[in-house]
Amino acid sequence: MEKIKSTGNVNRKLTKTIVYIVCILLALLSILPFWIMFVNATRSTPEIQSGLSLLPSSHMMSNLRVLLDKSFDPLQGFMNSFIISSAATLCTVYFSSLTAYGIVAYDWKLRGPFFTFILCVMMIPAQASAIGFYQFMYKLHWTNSFLPLILPAIAAPAVVFFMRQYLLATLSLEIVEAARVDGSGEFKTFNRIILPLMMPAVATQAIFAFVANWNNLFMPLILLTQKEKYTMPIMVSLLRGDIYKTEFGSIYMGLALTALPLFVVYFLLSRYIIAGVALGGVKE
Amino acid sequence: MRRKGVSYSKYGYIFTLPFVLAFLIFSLYPIVYTAVIGFTDMKGLIPKPIHIMDNPFQNFKDLLFDNPTFIKSLTNTGLLWVLNFVPQMLLALLLTAWFTNKRMNIKGQGAFKVLLYMPNIITASTIAILFNSLFAYPMGPINSLFEMLGWSDAPIFFLQDKTTARGIVAFIQFWMWYGNTMIVLIAGVMGINPALFESAAIDGANGVQTFFRITLPSLRTILLFTLITSMVGGLTMFDIPQLFLAGGPDDSTMTTSMFIYGQAFKGSYMYNRAAAASMIMFLITAVLSSLLFFLMRDRDAARLKKAEKMKRRAARSAQATTAREV
Repeated sequence: MEKIKSTGNVNRKLTKTIVYIVCILLALLSILPFWIMFVNATRSTPEIQSGLSLLPSSHMMSNLRVLLDKSFDPLQGFMNSFIISSAATLCTVYFSSLTAYGIVAYDWKLRGPFFTFILCVMMIPAQASAIGFYQFMYKLHWTNSFLPLILPAIAAPAVVFFMRQYLLATLSLEIVEAARVDGSGEFKTFNRIILPLMMPAVATQAIFAFVANWNNLFMPLILLTQKEKYTMPIMVSLLRGDIYKTEFGSIYMGLALTALPLFVVYFLLSRYIIAGVALGGVKE
Repeated sequence: MRRKGVSYSKYGYIFTLPFVLAFLIFSLYPIVYTAVIGFTDMKGLIPKPIHIMDNPFQNFKDLLFDNPTFIKSLTNTGLLWVLNFVPQMLLALLLTAWFTNKRMNIKGQGAFKVLLYMPNIITASTIAILFNSLFAYPMGPINSLFEMLGWSDAPIFFLQDKTTARGIVAFIQFWMWYGNTMIVLIAGVMGINPALFESAAIDGANGVQTFFRITLPSLRTILLFTLITSMVGGLTMFDIPQLFLAGGPDDSTMTTSMFIYGQAFKGSYMYNRAAAASMIMFLITAVLSSLLFFLMRDRDAARLKKAEKMKRRAARSAQATTAREV
């Protein structure tokens, strides 16, 4: 009896060790490519080509100089991406909350069909309508404008779905009734009382909307052709061009610059991001 | 008394109006427009008036029967998706089983989750070019690593080989998404009624039995949801293959989205062909979405309906028996 128990213990310890080893290896697999990226951003091209190193070198500034000399303007890209992503995120979270509130709080005839409709259009990918969208924007002379990248964010079915679930679980209509008795208009009730109550859901969805817009390549690539309008992901795609062919140090520098803001945001907000992923429905 | 007469239902329409307008203008209209272009002979840089072809389905017919590149892009997309999804799901399930096993009590789960999810948040374009540089030939980090470990004598030109190139694209997708899937699955396990696990433990089930008999069946809905969302995401795969090798070598990593982009926006202006390809893609997505829709429709309502039916049937049969007794 004693023996069985002890072998069981040994087995469990062995399994546990294997589990930890696998998890640590996977964690290293997540870190290493980015580590190499940041390290190589500080190494000169000959150093990079002579072998792998996990320790930084001293060529950061020269890499940066080569990078900036050749039409790569990370500040402009950062600003453009920031404007588009912030505006689109604001549109998404505000109007999705408003739509979800309209579905949950009011009893209207088409409420059921409207919700069914939202479920139906939740999965339509941007690529499916890209050709018509481009032609439409071309006719409006909206190519090379940020508007076609911002305004469509008003209709975000998946976010409405998420917000509706949140409101169903948390909203008590008594608050709305009380506000009405106090003479608050419906819009004011939403803006002053409901929206603040929805903040946890709004914050989660805002993070994901921002990151998704920031990382979006397909639509900006189609719509923006002027260099000064390029977003960060388009800037990144320039690094693959011929002008950087042999300048490995500056390629890594460019990559590091584009990834750095995301790392900062991620490590500041990782707790909320992981919790948000756990709530599901954020998969592209 | 008067307040009861006030109807607020119009606010339902008002509050959902911006959504509806934006959807009509920026989603529905472009989709219909794309569909129409798919039936026309619209090509070239200068926009022409809409002209439906004599055989409206010519573009679709050409794509499906006379365009090996398009067919290749479809099969590539499917292949790359399977190659990334199967290992992604298996690893996510394994990690979920480990992390939710109370007897094992793995420490540092929070940190592991943060690190394993990390690649998902970084711009796919950046990751694609990063991997392209890591696999550089003749001297890049991976080649140096292989040499250091003694796995290869001469530098390997990874990106020239079709199988290797596909494998790397699939690996990048896998690497970016398994953390996400794992977190969703762990959350799913947390949502399972703990009494189920307790009774399993009392009945003497071991970890493996508990996982296959209780955890997996309870996760069915979440697994299907992950499957379908991943399929739609995989179908539209663009950033990674586009920037990793631009579809090469020999179109072996070219996906459907890249085909659409290439036909319309890379100098040939074949808008009609690209639009027809988009519509084929849209139809596939629509089929997948309707599957998801049936999955997510109000399950309680369905159950209620079923219960009512059962009740009615039971009442009827009870009536029948009493009738017979009489």
